[in-house]
Amino acid sequence: MSDVVEKTLTALPSLLSLDSQPGSTKLSSTSKLGTLIRGITELTSKHEEEKLIQHELTSIKEQVSSPNTSMRQMKELMVRAIYCEMLGYEASFSYIHAIKLAQQGTALEKRVGYLAVSLFLNESHELLLLLVNTVLKDLQSTNLIEVCMALTVVSQMFPKDMIPAILPLVEEKLNHPKEIIRRKAVLALYKFYLIAPNQVQHIHNKFRKALCDKDPGVMTASLHIYLQMIQENPEGYKDLTPSFVTILKQVVGGKLPMDFNYHSVPAPWLQIQLLRILSLLGKNDQSTSEIMYEVLDESLRRAEMNHNITYAILYECVKCIYTIHPKSELLEKAAKCIGNFVLSPKINLKYLGLKALTYVVQQDPKLALQHQMTIIECLDHPDLIIKRETLELLFRITNAQNVTVIVEKIMLLYYLYLVCSCFLVFFPMNHYTYAPDNEWFIETMNTVFSVGGDMMQPDIPNSFLKLLSEGFDSVEEDRKLRLFAVDSYVSLLQGEPGKLPQRFLQVISWVLGEYSYLRKELEAARVLRLLAKLLDMKNTSSETKSWVLMAMTKLCEGRTGLSVAQEVSETYSSSLDTVLRQRAQELQHLSQDWELQARVLPRDAGHEPLEVDSSLSFLDGFVSEALAAGAAPYKPQHQRQEELAQAKALSLEPYGLSLPISMSSCSIADRQSPTLLSISSGLSGDSTELSHKGGSTSLKLDGVKRVWGREGYLAQREPVEESAHVEVPSPLRSPNHQGEADSQTPTPTPTPDPEQEKQQLASSLFVGLSSQSSVCLMGKSEPTPQRFRRKTKGPGSSSAVGEQISNSLVSTPSTVDNLLCNNLLESNITSELDVSSLEQTSQLAHGLTTANGNCDVELTDSDIKGSSPSLNGDNEVVAADPGSHEDPDGPKDLCLSSHLPAELSGLSHSEITPLCSKQSLDLSACHVHKDDFLVLVVFIYNSSDSDIQQILLELDSDELEVSCVCDNRVQEARSHSVAVCQYFLTVKRPSVHFKVVGIVSYQFPVGTPQSVQFSYKLPLTSFIRPLTLTTEEYGTMWLDFSHDTKQNLTLISDGQEPLAATLNMLEKKLQLHVVEVIGMEGIVACQLLQDQPCLMHCRLHAGTLAVWLRSPVPDLPDCLMYHCQRALQEH
Amino acid sequence: MIKFVLMVNRQGQTRLSRYYQPVELSRRAPLEADVVRCCLSRKKDQCSFVEYKDFKLVYRQYAALYIVVGVSDSENELSVYELVHNFVEVLDKYFSRVSELDIMFNLDRVHIILDEMIQNGRVVETNRSRVLAPLAALDKMADG
Repeated sequence: MSDVVEKTLTALPSLLSLDSQPGSTKLSSTSKLGTLIRGITELTSKHEEEKLIQHELTSIKEQVSSPNTSMRQMKELMVRAIYCEMLGYEASFSYIHAIKLAQQGTALEKRVGYLAVSLFLNESHELLLLLVNTVLKDLQSTNLIEVCMALTVVSQMFPKDMIPAILPLVEEKLNHPKEIIRRKAVLALYKFYLIAPNQVQHIHNKFRKALCDKDPGVMTASLHIYLQMIQENPEGYKDLTPSFVTILKQVVGGKLPMDFNYHSVPAPWLQIQLLRILSLLGKNDQSTSEIMYEVLDESLRRAEMNHNITYAILYECVKCIYTIHPKSELLEKAAKCIGNFVLSPKINLKYLGLKALTYVVQQDPKLALQHQMTIIECLDHPDLIIKRETLELLFRITNAQNVTVIVEKIMLLYYLYLVCSCFLVFFPMNHYTYAPDNEWFIETMNTVFSVGGDMMQPDIPNSFLKLLSEGFDSVEEDRKLRLFAVDSYVSLLQGEPGKLPQRFLQVISWVLGEYSYLRKELEAARVLRLLAKLLDMKNTSSETKSWVLMAMTKLCEGRTGLSVAQEVSETYSSSLDTVLRQRAQELQHLSQDWELQARVLPRDAGHEPLEVDSSLSFLDGFVSEALAAGAAPYKPQHQRQEELAQAKALSLEPYGLSLPISMSSCSIADRQSPTLLSISSGLSGDSTELSHKGGSTSLKLDGVKRVWGREGYLAQREPVEESAHVEVPSPLRSPNHQGEADSQTPTPTPTPDPEQEKQQLASSLFVGLSSQSSVCLMGKSEPTPQRFRRKTKGPGSSSAVGEQISNSLVSTPSTVDNLLCNNLLESNITSELDVSSLEQTSQLAHGLTTANGNCDVELTDSDIKGSSPSLNGDNEVVAADPGSHEDPDGPKDLCLSSHLPAELSGLSHSEITPLCSKQSLDLSACHVHKDDFLVLVVFIYNSSDSDIQQILLELDSDELEVSCVCDNRVQEARSHSVAVCQYFLTVKRPSVHFKVVGIVSYQFPVGTPQSVQFSYKLPLTSFIRPLTLTTEEYGTMWLDFSHDTKQNLTLISDGQEPLAATLNMLEKKLQLHVVEVIGMEGIVACQLLQDQPCLMHCRLHAGTLAVWLRSPVPDLPDCLMYHCQRALQEH
Repeated sequence: MIKFVLMVNRQGQTRLSRYYQPVELSRRAPLEADVVRCCLSRKKDQCSFVEYKDFKLVYRQYAALYIVVGVSDSENELSVYELVHNFVEVLDKYFSRVSELDIMFNLDRVHIILDEMIQNGRVVETNRSRVLAPLAALDKMADG
């Protein structure tokens, strides 16, 4: 097949010269388009291209606006305009005509109109609004092709605000007899879900119906929505797992019509999609994972054909197996499968194999051992991409013993091939945890800085400096590290500083400024002179200069120092660069005033938290003075815009939804936050203090992970010393010695033969991964290997349970559901169906009845269950290892709640839910609501007869800040008693649900260390508290908030006044505070802990509640809207 | 996630481009030139996947025509590689022995076919007859 294509394409050059085209080229080559294309193919230079296209654009422009142009000609013009834009020349004049063509054309002309619109405009383009009416009209058309086109364009791009206008029409299409219309309608809903999930919140049951559509194409389309939703909230869709498993089983079993096959593999992309969904569902969830073991096994078995696409499926399958709760038998098979990839002579497969291995070694580092020789070979592979992937793999298996070799290997490659700096970018972050000693660390960082240079991401120097300034546990160790850094930098500056990259110079000047006092015999004046030399260099950037000046400010003392400082500050106090001038002024003043300097720049104060007065209260006096002098009060930008808009407002909302004009017309797109504005103005007002903050101490360190924990570094010391006999090569050599790195061998053989060399490299790379040394290393590295090991201990019993579960789940559908489903099927099939799709359905139906568990029936079953979702599951916890319910001795809720700490006992708390249990250790948790914070309480129950000491509990969350109440992370649990840990939770980033993941590691007096992972979920509403406000306060706050969302919600109407009833319900359920109700409108306020307000404006409108939420916190309105909606639905 | 689909010939001339994530018009041509340079410089025996900035390129060569797909790092490269071939097979079926000229003279139709297969960066249909159904219906309407 592809051969045919290639042959035809090879024949091209000869074809180009011919004037008449072969039959398939339907367009006449004498047309204008033909001329353009011929012109393009004959182009030889960029200049010629520009001339040709400009000429073309003028000619198109002339014709499109002519009234005599027919739609047929217009279509050709659009294709020509598409050509011009494709080559990079804007044809914006034609956009409006594209819309017109979509509106007025027929058939292909209309389609080309839509096509041009989707190519020309982006989703936020204003002109898109003009398309809405055309889409509306076409959706209602009786011509199926037009409906189809409209749905296609809607699923590509549609203005978010106009979704309500067409949503009912699209929903209607979900019941259309033609599969293509249903499929496209589902894809349109997918688009809506992507751009405005809130708008389609209420039709989740329709998604379920699409999932059990009789047509496989419609079902496939619905999987896009499910993948997205499951990614966001896997807990909510666990009940669908058996359905996805059944679908996959049928696809793998070849139950789909033949035309879904690709190279005789049944619907490969569908299989991949399903495997992705399954891995999301089975992650950290044993019982769900057990349902899918069988089908995964079958997928591995079936995919034996030697074609790329089967390997693509296998890759996804292996990934899935390693993501879900492990089963040793499957893991073995998957590992074997990876072997086939990695050893394949086909380079694309090798690449994918390495990628899979990289993923897998994170779960089980030992797997790398099996393939060590292949990995070594890949390291020297001529293809850079392969090499890069191998390095990534090595990176994942780094530990204390092989770190020097791996880093060296990475550096070596960097020198030889100038591989992009990505490696260097992420290498230090992870590796200082394993650094063998200070010298090695500083020297490696020096190399990184000088080679990585200015290409490097700024957070590397930042985190390096943070590391230096915050230090570790031992004061002495910190001092040594800093001292070594100072020494090393002084000698660098004495060499040729001109060659060093700017970033490195900045690091050097900061370190010298902060810490050169540590080296007693080093005179400050000498350092000052070295720094001053930097200022004189030609290529020093002004950013670096300001770093240098700041360092000098910290350093200047003594007579000689003063003279250098004076000289420098004089030079720069007249600089054109305002920042430099500022720094020079500071230097001048501070160098003369000792007391002030000591106060402003206290020595070694880097790690003390700075208090930033974000309300800028120190400017109050200045402001009131200015106001008194007649200045206009400050208005935030959006308020100004709003006032402007009030004068000439253009309402872009659909008429049905309009809100009071004063509110609806304000635009709040990307405005700067007022605090940011005033901070910059504050700089000039209070210069010394703020500039100091801006420069030295407040490095941008947010978001930089703190890998170097309190115990991390020091704990590593022991294993390193132990490993001395494994012969860790000496610290990094200088660049010109790099070539010898390969031959760094434990024994000093002068010329080792290549094979032996590789063996030795392997032994030093993979040290620490083998089983003998694994106990101490793995104990601290990752919990997962243990998970794996534990599993192998008793696979028999648990997998048997799993099978039982999956069997019982598969055979649930009752006859009632069966009937219901048949009805559904029949009502959908109408005489209009064309023959082929009838055939397909019958074929599919036939396949379904012969299949083990009937897909449709089962889905309908879950559909019914799904329509009344159990809210409990959504709000509460799902444990990673739900095994506690099997344990009859497990602690009961009642007795656990008696263990609540005394200070929390009177408060309301959530249901106590089991998190995980393992070997007579049971973990449960609940959260306790206090007025001003939220406490997570974890109960550790030890049901064994021996005490457990050293229980280490670590919690983490992406969206939450978790801090321990008292600093007792290590607990002990006496036999048959409960230990309690408390954590404060605060919100970092709002989300509909928050997930706290944790790991508990412990050790029985006899036995190996153990660890278990678990997760705990809690809804946003736990963090919501009422906010008491007056209406006036509400009014002023409302205008200040920039993030908002609007939606129409259903009202509660149980007899009394609907607005009051609804608001009361919300007040009760979500802990909101109703500020005031005025006629048809109500205002409500609440806060997210701590002190992050969210305001709500409700208005009765056409039987619904138009809700508008506003907050200074991004995402908060959207998340809260979700909960309001849930609360109302629940009612 | 698929970020874009490009069809370029050996001379580096773009024959088709479709972006699934917004890229400004002025930045497209340089991006395309860069991408093409990345792929053209590779030998036949080298891997068909290339790192490019923060994403990956999957490319496949058909005579003088290259099809390059930009994908996010989490995407399964091999499945995209085969998707490209599926696309070419569909074109081949529609044009009966597709050539570069077919693609140039029927840019609109090729786009329509591609729209049926990929939307929002996701693979939405791979069944050849179903991909071609809407276009076939349009052609029929135009003829009749």
